[in-house]
This record gives sequence, structure tokens and C-alpha cells, in this order.
Amino acid sequence: MGLDIMKERGTALDKQHFTWKELVQVPYSKLDDDAFTRVRVILMNGIEAESLRFKHMCARFNPHLQIPLAQIRRAEQHQQTMVNWLNPPDQSPLETTIGFEQVAIELTAFLAQNEPDPYLKQVMDFGLLEDFDHMYRYAALMDRVEGRDANTLLQCYTDILPGRPTSVEHRAPEDDLRMNYEKDTASPISKLNAVILVAAETQTHDYYMTIGPMFADPTARQLYAEIASIEEQHVTQYESLCDPKETWLEKWMMLELMEVYTYFSCAQQESNPRIKKIWERFVDYELGHLHVAMDLFRRHEKRDPAEVLPKSLPEPIDFSSQRKYVRQTLAEQVDFRANGRQIVTLEEDSQLSIAYRKRMNREGSPSERVAAGYQWRPGTELAPKANGNGHTARQVSP
Amino acid sequence: MMKNQVEMGKNRTGIALSPIDSQLLIQGAEEAPPTTAGDDTAIDEARTAYAADGAPIGTMPPPATIKGIAGGLVDAAKGKNANVFLDKLGERLAFERTGTRLYGALLSKFDASDPLPAGPTRAELEQIKAEEAEHFEMLREVMVSMGGDPTALTPSADVAAVNSMGLLQVLGDPRMNMKQSLEAILVAELVDNDSWGTLIELARTEANDSVVRRFEQALAEEQVHLTNVRRWVRPATVQRDRSASPR
Repeated sequence: MGLDIMKERGTALDKQHFTWKELVQVPYSKLDDDAFTRVRVILMNGIEAESLRFKHMCARFNPHLQIPLAQIRRAEQHQQTMVNWLNPPDQSPLETTIGFEQVAIELTAFLAQNEPDPYLKQVMDFGLLEDFDHMYRYAALMDRVEGRDANTLLQCYTDILPGRPTSVEHRAPEDDLRMNYEKDTASPISKLNAVILVAAETQTHDYYMTIGPMFADPTARQLYAEIASIEEQHVTQYESLCDPKETWLEKWMMLELMEVYTYFSCAQQESNPRIKKIWERFVDYELGHLHVAMDLFRRHEKRDPAEVLPKSLPEPIDFSSQRKYVRQTLAEQVDFRANGRQIVTLEEDSQLSIAYRKRMNREGSPSERVAAGYQWRPGTELAPKANGNGHTARQVSP
Repeated sequence: MMKNQVEMGKNRTGIALSPIDSQLLIQGAEEAPPTTAGDDTAIDEARTAYAADGAPIGTMPPPATIKGIAGGLVDAAKGKNANVFLDKLGERLAFERTGTRLYGALLSKFDASDPLPAGPTRAELEQIKAEEAEHFEMLREVMVSMGGDPTALTPSADVAAVNSMGLLQVLGDPRMNMKQSLEAILVAELVDNDSWGTLIELARTEANDSVVRRFEQALAEEQVHLTNVRRWVRPATVQRDRSASPR
């Protein structure tokens, strides 16, 4: 990789300045920019939100770190603003939702393929097929309530078809926790992957919880309520992958490294030259933050950051269609379930979760209702045929 | 300078630009059966079920003053439509107030825009903006004279504001040009014209003659607004802009 994180110190924290006008730039074009520009904007907003969230929690438990944490948070809050405000005002909350699920699908599929630990990969595949189904349900909502085609946002990169049905994704809390990686033996990329997914899923949950009540249609309101509940399960799942034995400063350093890694990946592939400059600028900002965290690690833990950090960045995230991998995973694993901390076959499903989802679905399932008989077609289901298509439904297990 | 013509570029929203990926997408969707049989009527049924609960968005506020009602309404005791009238009065009041702001936003685009072939001029827009503000003030006075509270948001005003959400988004977005913004203004003026007609009809039974006359004056001005906006919008779309013509 072209970035030596030990030597490159980036932009010093006291040189990371903004103006209000700078924070609010011309957004990307919903019509003209590549879908992966939207994917990157949504992802990086989530990454910065996670960074702020972690640093607030860290400050509550570590009074001696409060000042540097507050200083970095200021820069990062402004970075998040500049990134998030790239979303254009003609993009509705439902359209942005389609973007969120595209992030979840394409990103998780890439990370899973890049994950060396088979158990962690299995967990990612498991989550992937659930977010994949959310896309299908939201696309049906967009088509049937608003008369709009989700593919105008997806730009043909991502399939719109059922995954593991959302209605069976509801699990007892005990079945959402997974086994954590071991901090001393896990590969750095495993640690990065886990925290990226925590960030992405948390912002998805928070976004749905914010915009869900803005919808008027009762099925839309119910669907957001249902999928937000799954996103909270996903946060629980991915969060539990992280080793709780890592110290605050170890976690902090990995978080900064993850930000360098993700901004670097964005900068490598951004097709919008104006936005590419933002990613490049923030690679330098994050290097500055990383070195602050490394200095604090040396001072407070009396250890060398190289004990924790890799020598170089992993291969950048590939922001491209992962259709082939997603389809293969779908074909092989759609019926998988979770039982305790294990991903299991349908026959081994958890009785606790079966009972829980029966209870939640007993007055009907919004995700099944919204997509009853639905198959995506170009230009919406109104375009080529009349309503109703008479397809045989695939049986959904309770 | 803001341009008013739409140019050909790299719009990526359609499937035609992705001949290979779109085939995979279509084929994949065709081969994947839904997980539940049925159609889009399940969504309608949910709407009906919730609507049957009958919860309204809200109610009219109680009269602000008894004197106001006695003095303003023609026959408050018999006036079954008094509530309807005050509700729609509140709607127009809020609409004209927002309309003033819409024209304010349009003026700021005017200053950044290439001129449109048939206008408007800045003075024309300023005049409409001023008249919208006058209508708001007049409606406020009428509301007070009727014993209503002009600061309250009535149910119809709330619905009208939801209707106008998209208009505010268009007028507020600096990337949406003068012509596109005028099209949003046209929507507002069409609704406004119709709504003034309804309000006048209500006023004939619920208010005195001077109120009716003031409303008729406002409608006459709104009719001029609509005529003007139509006069600007259509040529902006169908006439070739000189700046876009080949030399």
C-alpha cells in the first residue's frame, strides 16, 4: 500500500479547521453521480458517527483523556457534517434508505470476502442476506406507495429480490450475540471489518429510527419499525464480535486506523473529482487523529502502538457490485438461522427465537405485506403488466 | 449564472446505460418468487384499517374572543359553517404567508439566473410578493375580527403546509433553476386561485359584505398572478432560449 501509517502523520489536529460555508458544499447529483458515490457518502457519515459515539463513551470512563477526545471530536463532528451534507435535498428519506441498504449489501459482501477468519466471515454472510432482503422490501414500498423505481438509485449494481425474509430475522436477544475475535491473535483486518460494520449498522438503525415516523403510510411506518428492530439486532451482533478485553486506547487507535482505511479506500475510487478531494483531505485529518491516539497510547500504556497496529493498510475496500458473491451466498445460506452464538441450519433454529418472532408477527408482518406477490421490474410493477402476477409464493418458515 | 435549459449529460438512473448489469438484475428478479402470495392491495387494507380508527390530525382552537365571534360572524348561533370558515381562513392565511416566502426565494434565484424569454422582471416578482404579504395581513385582520386566533395552525392550514412541502424544497434548492422554480410557483398559484373561490363562497354566508369584497379583491389579484406565471412558464419551456441557440 502507498500509505505508511507509522511515518505519515497527516494534518496536525490544530490545523484542522473549517468554515460553515465549507461544511455545506454542493451535494452530489442523485441523477448523474455514480451510485457508489452515494454509498461512500452514507458509509463515511456512519463511520464519523461511530467515531463520535465511541469517543463520548471513552470520555465518560477516562477523565484523563477528555481533552484530546473533545478536540478530535470537534474536527470529526465537522467532518461528518461536510460528508453528510453531500446528500442532496431532492433525495427523499426513502431514496436515501435505498442507498443505506446498498451500502449494507455491497460493503458487507466485500468485507466478508476479505475476512480471513471463517467464523467472522460466516457472521457477515449471515447479516448480508438479511440486509439484502431489506432492500427488496423497501423497493416494494417505494414502488407500491410512491410509484417509484428503486433502481434509479441502485443503477443496476444491486439485485432487488428476496433474501432471508425479514419476517424470520426477528430473534431472541440471546441469539443475536456472537463470539468475539481475540485481540492478541486476530488479524488487523478482522478488527477493522468488525468496527466498520458496527458503524454502518448503527447509523442505519439510528437513521430508520429518525425518519420512520416521518412517513404517512401505515405500512411504511410499520416497515421502518420492523427493519429498525433488525438493525438493532445487527448492531448487537457486530458489536459482540469486538474483543471486550481491548483497552480503551487500543480500541481508539483501531478506530482511527479504520477511519484512515475507509477514507483512503474512498479516495482511491471516487469518480466525482470534487468529492475525491474531500476524501483525500480527510485521510490526512484521520492520520493526524491516529497519531494523537498513538502518542496517548505510548504515554498511558507505556507500549509501542506497533504491538496493536499493522505496518500498512489492508487492501482498500472495493466499492463495486458484489452480485456474484451475494447470489452465491444467497443460494447456499438463505435458510440459515442463529442459535446462541452459532449460525445454524434451519432445523437447528432456536426455540427462543421462534417463539419471539411468532409473538412479534402475530398481528401480521409489515415486510411480508408490503411485498406480497412483489417482483421488481424496470420502471416499477405498473410498467409492463397489470397489478398482481400470480407467482407461487415461496413458503416462509415461522 | 444559473442556466434554464436542461443539458444532456451522464444521467445514470435508467437501465439503458447498464446493458449487462440490467439483464442480470431483471433475470434475477424474474427468477426469484415472492415470499408471500398477494398483491399491492395488502397495503391498501392497512391504510383502511388505520383510517377506520378515525384519529384526526387535530382540531380547531376554541374562539379567541366571544366579542369577535358575535361581531364578525353573520349568524354565529346558526352558522354551522363557522368552524369550516375559520379553518379555511386559517389555511389561506398560512398559505399567503408561505407564498410571500416562496416569492422571496424565487427573487433570489432570479438574481442568479439567465433571463427567461417572456419574463418575469424583478419588479413583477416583487409586486406579487408584496401582494401575497398584503393578503396575509388582510386575512390576519379578518381572523381577529372574527374572534379567531391568527397565530393558531388550523387543521386545513396544516394539510396545506404538507401539500406545499415539495414547493418549498424546489424553491429552496439552489440547483433547481428559475424555470423549474416557476413551475412550482404555478402549482401554488393554481391551488391558491381555487382556494380563494371556495373561501369567498363560505364568506358569503359566514361573514359580512366588506369581508367578501376584500376577498374578491384578493382573488382578482391572484388571478393576475396565475395569468402572469402561466405567461412566463410556458414560453420558458417551449421557446428555444436564445443563449442555447447555435450561432
